[in-house]
Amino acid sequence: MSSWIPVCGYQALLPERGVCALVDGRQVAVFRTYDGTVHAIDNLDPFSGAQVLSRGIVGTRRGEPTVASPLHKQVFSLVSGECLDEPGFAVPVYPIRVDGGLVQVGMGV
Amino acid sequence: MNRIVVVGYGPTAHRLVETLYERGFDGRVTVIGEEPRPAYDRVALTSYLSGISVEDLTYPVPPGTVTRLGGRVTGIDREARTVTLADGSAEPYDVLVLATGSAPFVPPVPGAEHAYVYRTIDDLDAIRMAAKDATEGVVVGGGLLGLEAADALRGLGLKTHIVEMSPWLMPRQVDEGGGSVLKGHIEALGLSVHAGAGVQEIVAGERGVTGLRKPDGTLLDAQIVVFSAGIRPRDELARTSGLDVGERGGITVDAGMRTSDPAIYAIGECALAGGMVYGLVGPCFTMAEVAADRILGGAATFDGADLSTKLKLLGVEVAQFGAMDGALDVTYMDPVAGVYKRLFISDDAKTLLGGICVGDASPYSALRPFVGKPLPAAPSDLLFSGSGAELDLPDDAQVCSCNNVSAGTVRTAIADKALTDVPGIKACTRAGTTCGSCVPMLKQLLEKSGVEVSKALCEHFTYSRAELYDIVKVRGITTFSELISAHGEGRGCDICKPAVASILASLHNGHVLDGERAALQDTNDAFLANIQKNGTYSVVPRIPGGEITPDKLIVIGEVARDFGLYTKITGGQRIDLFGARVEQLPQIWRRLVDAGFESGHAYGKALRTVKSCVGSAWCRYGVQDSVGLAIDLELRYRGLRAPHKLKSAVSGCARECAEARSKDFGIIATEQGWNLYVGGNGGFKPRHADLLAADLSTEELIRTIDRFVMFYIRTADRLQRTAAWLESLDGGLDYLRQVIIDDSLGICAELDAQMEYHVATYVDEWQTTIDDPEKLGRFVSFVNAPGVPDPSIVFETERDQIKPVEVAAR
Repeated sequence: MSSWIPVCGYQALLPERGVCALVDGRQVAVFRTYDGTVHAIDNLDPFSGAQVLSRGIVGTRRGEPTVASPLHKQVFSLVSGECLDEPGFAVPVYPIRVDGGLVQVGMGV
Repeated sequence: MNRIVVVGYGPTAHRLVETLYERGFDGRVTVIGEEPRPAYDRVALTSYLSGISVEDLTYPVPPGTVTRLGGRVTGIDREARTVTLADGSAEPYDVLVLATGSAPFVPPVPGAEHAYVYRTIDDLDAIRMAAKDATEGVVVGGGLLGLEAADALRGLGLKTHIVEMSPWLMPRQVDEGGGSVLKGHIEALGLSVHAGAGVQEIVAGERGVTGLRKPDGTLLDAQIVVFSAGIRPRDELARTSGLDVGERGGITVDAGMRTSDPAIYAIGECALAGGMVYGLVGPCFTMAEVAADRILGGAATFDGADLSTKLKLLGVEVAQFGAMDGALDVTYMDPVAGVYKRLFISDDAKTLLGGICVGDASPYSALRPFVGKPLPAAPSDLLFSGSGAELDLPDDAQVCSCNNVSAGTVRTAIADKALTDVPGIKACTRAGTTCGSCVPMLKQLLEKSGVEVSKALCEHFTYSRAELYDIVKVRGITTFSELISAHGEGRGCDICKPAVASILASLHNGHVLDGERAALQDTNDAFLANIQKNGTYSVVPRIPGGEITPDKLIVIGEVARDFGLYTKITGGQRIDLFGARVEQLPQIWRRLVDAGFESGHAYGKALRTVKSCVGSAWCRYGVQDSVGLAIDLELRYRGLRAPHKLKSAVSGCARECAEARSKDFGIIATEQGWNLYVGGNGGFKPRHADLLAADLSTEELIRTIDRFVMFYIRTADRLQRTAAWLESLDGGLDYLRQVIIDDSLGICAELDAQMEYHVATYVDEWQTTIDDPEKLGRFVSFVNAPGVPDPSIVFETERDQIKPVEVAAR
């Protein structure tokens, strides 16, 4: 079954900050970058095993939007989910869209 | 091959075991040591008498090692490959390593049985006991170890004589000229030197030793005699087992440290390598590493060793490197200052052969690597070259003789591992980790490495933190977006964003979570709490000066109990409450703020605590009110954002119970006022703070601290503590005094005004956060389920408190 699950209003997202949403029992980190684009990756930091990525600092690396784990600062691409500091590590990326002012995360779409 | 047995447990054995495990050996190593304790640092043995504990001197036992302490090996069955111990037990081996060391040589003179030796902790304990009833002592032996022993006797309060057979002291390290300068230094300390003298007998009566008679009949009064006249290899076990030993002692080994039995190695002072027995720690460590390599299948060889030494004995620097003679020599001697330096040079005046320094060994580090190589400068210049900054070392020049590390190895490590500091070089190459005399060379190699230590903060800014500070200040910039669009590129990262947030906070104060600034903060500043390993946070209310009323203590206890938090007393005299989820933080702080608590800024690069001792109000020794001052200072500087955290302490007297000299700024009370120390640090690289100004009035003190802190904020690098900042400051402490006391840059009025602005505009950021619904809204675990706690956070119980359940990472 696939569906788009609304998580919050777009206005609830602040530029370059993340929030965490509980979607189907999964913790999804949702970010809004400076240009207004939204991204969703898994909230689980694979290095520490803690659910914290939504609380990392959002930035860019060579133009690619990123978040740094707040625990040990490994940087992940918000586009691919790949860890840019330690190749071979990645977090799941989820489909995300803004529809009628609502931010929606896709599960199985 | 999985059972290695090592006989002997001194530093060499330790180095062997450490190297084996470091290189991945996964079998069992059993070390049998005669002494009742693991290996300890014999080079620093004398420090034991001045109060360093055995624990501090002891090397950590590498995990996996089986130790048999107080065990004496009586025989080796080479057929069965077992060693037998005095208690009748046996240890089977696949590989046996003899690291039995040496024994002090005690000449066969009448009364020798009354003498002490100077090698082990037990020897020192015995000497210390005997010294209690003694007023005079004699050390037989004027070499390196003899002078160590003489220093120890002097330290125990004895009038000390040194008897040396050779015509001058330290004959292995210095020539006659150096010996005479050395003698002058030592006699000036009150010791008597008897060079060119032997021992006839040790005179003892019913109540023990009364003196030492020289061959010419004169008697030196003494109640203690210590023999420190050379060493003899402990090769008796090898002899009785039929291994080859040298004519004059020492277990014969090949270049791979193997004895005449291929299953048995010998290393350290008991080994006869290339016809030599080595008594210095450097060559012994090299032997240990060669043996470890061979045991693990390698082909390393021990090809002799550099016997260069640099040491400080009885406060006198002595150094010797390379040859002690040559066709030509250049000598400098200043008997008044007590300095002697001599270089030996080849007959064509082109090659450096060696040198001797007494009283000033500063040329040693720079020159030793050039032995056997073309002279890097005119000899007279070399005698006075301090750091060696101007010299270019060839790659094969040995920089660290203790660990046999060449300049090339250090350069490669710097380049390959992108090292930027001396601790990094030490960790990678081991250079500088034993005696430390080559550390100045390491610094030079680093500086000349050509590795461009870029001042750029990160890929988004080509400026250093100090430059960004000036840009923000001069251009009146108030937001990150304004700064990065005009002076940087991209949208920042976890390096530049918190750094800029800190600059904006230092210059403009204001709430760290206001507007765009909220997105610049690390999670700690974003949630005004300290993140812990499982994603929960800890809370530290401010307890200024460590002073707290019972009522407030009770509130902290009640809050911790009601929210189920783990509590721990911090090193900064406050209380840390652990295990809070983000949505609990505002509730916790509502209770704390209502009880009169403020943020402790434990999460911020800001002032942490001003620790204090109990001071003159209660303490019978206190000369000033340290608690009162600590509270005033903590309230003055609370909330001030800085390049890194700032710690402080105030001690009410010279006993220094508040440990102020380990702080960024520490204050110690004097009869006349306050002494201000700056640039101290604990942590990874401890540093004692330096005295910046003495006997200040409270008003002068505060003004000086204001300027010190503000000047640091203005000029330090990102995450650079005051200790590193002060060391990197050109001109050091003197320059700092010129700037903040003499106002040499004319900025003091500005620094003062900035601090006044900070003090006037400070507000408690937790108070304002809980009063602001917009900020409070961010304190939720889930944006779509604000009331739901994070189910991934689970605790177990340990010692009646919560503890995070370990999760499998990666």
